Amino acid sequence: MKTKLATLALTATMVAAPAMADLVFPSLSYRTGPYAAGGIPYADGYADYFTLLNERDGGIGGVMAKVIECETGYNTEKGVECYEATKGEGSLVYNPLSTGITYQLIPKVTADGIPLYTPGYGRTSAANGKVFSNVFNFPANYWNAASLAINHLLEVNGGDLKGKKIALLYHNSAYGKEPIQTLEQLSAKHGFELVTIPVDHPGQEQKSQWLQIRREKPDNVLMWGWGVMNQVAIQEAANIRYPMENFIGAWWSGAEHDVAPAGANATGYKAVTFHNVGSDFPVFDDVQKYVVDAGKAAGAGDNIGKALYNRGFYAAMLMAEAARSAQEATGNADITAADMRNALESFSISEERMAELGMPNFGPAFEVNCANHGGPGTGAIQQWDAAAGKWSLISDFGPSDMDVIQPLIDADSAAYAAENNISERCN
Amino acid sequence: MFYREAGDFKTSYTDDSQTFPIKFDRIRYYAVLAVAFGIIPFIINDYWANAVVVPFLIYAIAAIGLNILTGYCGQVSLGTGGFMAVGAYACYKLMTSFPDVSIVFHVIGAGAITAFVGVLFGLPSLRIKGFYLAVATLAAQFFLVWLFNKVPWFYNYSASGQISAPERTVFNIAVTGPNTDAWAKYLICLVFVVAVAWIARNLTRGTVGRSWMAIRDMDIAAEIIGVNPLKAKMTAFAVSSFFIGISGALFFSVYLGAVEVGEAFGINKSFLVLFMVIIGGLGSIFGSFAGAAFLVILPVLLKNVLVGGMNWPIDIAAHLELMVVGGLIIIFLIAEPHGLAQLWRVTKEKLRLWPFPH
Repeated sequence: MKTKLATLALTATMVAAPAMADLVFPSLSYRTGPYAAGGIPYADGYADYFTLLNERDGGIGGVMAKVIECETGYNTEKGVECYEATKGEGSLVYNPLSTGITYQLIPKVTADGIPLYTPGYGRTSAANGKVFSNVFNFPANYWNAASLAINHLLEVNGGDLKGKKIALLYHNSAYGKEPIQTLEQLSAKHGFELVTIPVDHPGQEQKSQWLQIRREKPDNVLMWGWGVMNQVAIQEAANIRYPMENFIGAWWSGAEHDVAPAGANATGYKAVTFHNVGSDFPVFDDVQKYVVDAGKAAGAGDNIGKALYNRGFYAAMLMAEAARSAQEATGNADITAADMRNALESFSISEERMAELGMPNFGPAFEVNCANHGGPGTGAIQQWDAAAGKWSLISDFGPSDMDVIQPLIDADSAAYAAENNISERCN
Repeated sequence: MFYREAGDFKTSYTDDSQTFPIKFDRIRYYAVLAVAFGIIPFIINDYWANAVVVPFLIYAIAAIGLNILTGYCGQVSLGTGGFMAVGAYACYKLMTSFPDVSIVFHVIGAGAITAFVGVLFGLPSLRIKGFYLAVATLAAQFFLVWLFNKVPWFYNYSASGQISAPERTVFNIAVTGPNTDAWAKYLICLVFVVAVAWIARNLTRGTVGRSWMAIRDMDIAAEIIGVNPLKAKMTAFAVSSFFIGISGALFFSVYLGAVEVGEAFGINKSFLVLFMVIIGGLGSIFGSFAGAAFLVILPVLLKNVLVGGMNWPIDIAAHLELMVVGGLIIIFLIAEPHGLAQLWRVTKEKLRLWPFPH
């Protein structure tokens, strides 16, 4: 007992950290564990953008940005610990890159008045700002991704999917289950048959799933995978000689490290994305100059232009812009989490602004309002070329089927509101 | 000098058979309770409650539960994570089906349901022993996780399969949900821990506990002297699962607030609780607390020292943490195979003789 108290006291002194007037952007990242391959480039991108702002522009509106990283290992218990450890440091917005941790944090951030930003992951129905006051998941969510994948298949098949068989290979968790409802609705609408095949965490063993795919012979396979599951699935698809162009991943199953292990066999593999790909943007020259060459990169500096690095970078850009608009709205350089939330709710980004930032056409131009926290829900399809070693967009950024998605969002958020006695806002 | 039986005269049988026969121990016990109930609730903050103390208390309940089965009755179980999941999902279904009933009864009800499931999966223990039983309980672990993933009724048909705890109150004070104060979270867990530890301690001192230990030490001999193995093993499974169910219910409702079964109650959880029991000491209530404290507090402490104190990169710190905790487990198992509880026992022996050891 005594030793326990002593350790408690020791931790107490370690936890106490000095308060400072920086703009704090906590990054609940994971650089260890079975999902580290995806967590590292994302965390690097998120941190590097803020480092770039500090080094090049002297912060945001003259105030330095500070990224506090906390290792979650994609584990919800550690996620809680990280949240509690960082929330007292003036954190402006959380971006945990984990659907499980997002579910944990939604009620907590709402109670604490801190915004939660979950681009392309988390709870899809959080797009309904009437119910989820503190959660933002623009520019697109899982259900948009499912619809975008189906839209692409419609395009490929001349607008008709009747009688086709589409398999969904998914991570057997909250994350992987998210698109099922949407796909069921879409299958009723377009007349294709949906086969769902779960893969349990972490997904290193998928022989039986791919045996099932061989037996069922689906025309297309969609994948909702993350971490090591992606690499294994693409390798297994190559092993059974499944045509790669019929295999479409969600945007969390479309990174370089996912396709690289399968080598040349992965050529043709497709994935959905909600932002642009590649390193061909002026801003990355600045990153190279001010961040990487100055030795201030969050990682080894070799991830620039990779799919997940770009995503973290893009998320950081949107958050920095939101912080800037919060500063303008309040006339105060030192903003609070509440200011940040208000700014996110009236957030807008235009193509001109993105070009100004050196990221022309990096993502869609859109506006957020009180009722819609989900953005436009647009996306494109990217395809892998193993010989060139890069992704390229094979479609424009198109809309998703909101006629199907919006009722689902309304129903799911209404269920949440009823469960938690939340009355609708924005009326 | 202070720690001794001599001079403390017992004049009744009740006194003679009390839990802490040594006066110093009794005072210490009441002092710990006084601090836990009277001081900590006033000084605890969100970080302490959510990152350290509440998980420690909840894992302590799980460790006591597993210790009854494995430490006292000798039945190795790898199904702890699955049984915690039963507690969590039972609690969720009860909370959402009967919102007007107090959460305290839901947690106890969740424990009762888990006890029933535990007995069901304990039935094979009448025929199989040792490693083979471990494999049978491993099947329970995988089956239960699969079940809660597969059947949407258990998670009220939500799109993602996540279950989230709505706000529930005890005496009009929120104990679940996001608006819970740190002290309320802490106190509700503490009340359950004290109750569970008290019940466990008294059960293991009485007839039931003795029959468990007889089965553990040699089941055939126990049967010959009149211990009914059916009754002993089934009660051990029931009581153990009851406690584990309570810990699962609290883990979901009070501590995390939202869980998904594969991530929160996977095989890792079974191993974690088993390590707590082994490191703490098999067949010891104190050992359950010590093991839970070791495996909950040490990683948090290491993280705060390495990242917060010495500014190490978080990934190196996280990897080092795994190595240090793993290394310490091995060192402990080699240096003290009977766990932290044995260290405490040795200390007590030494204290009795101190300061004149010869």
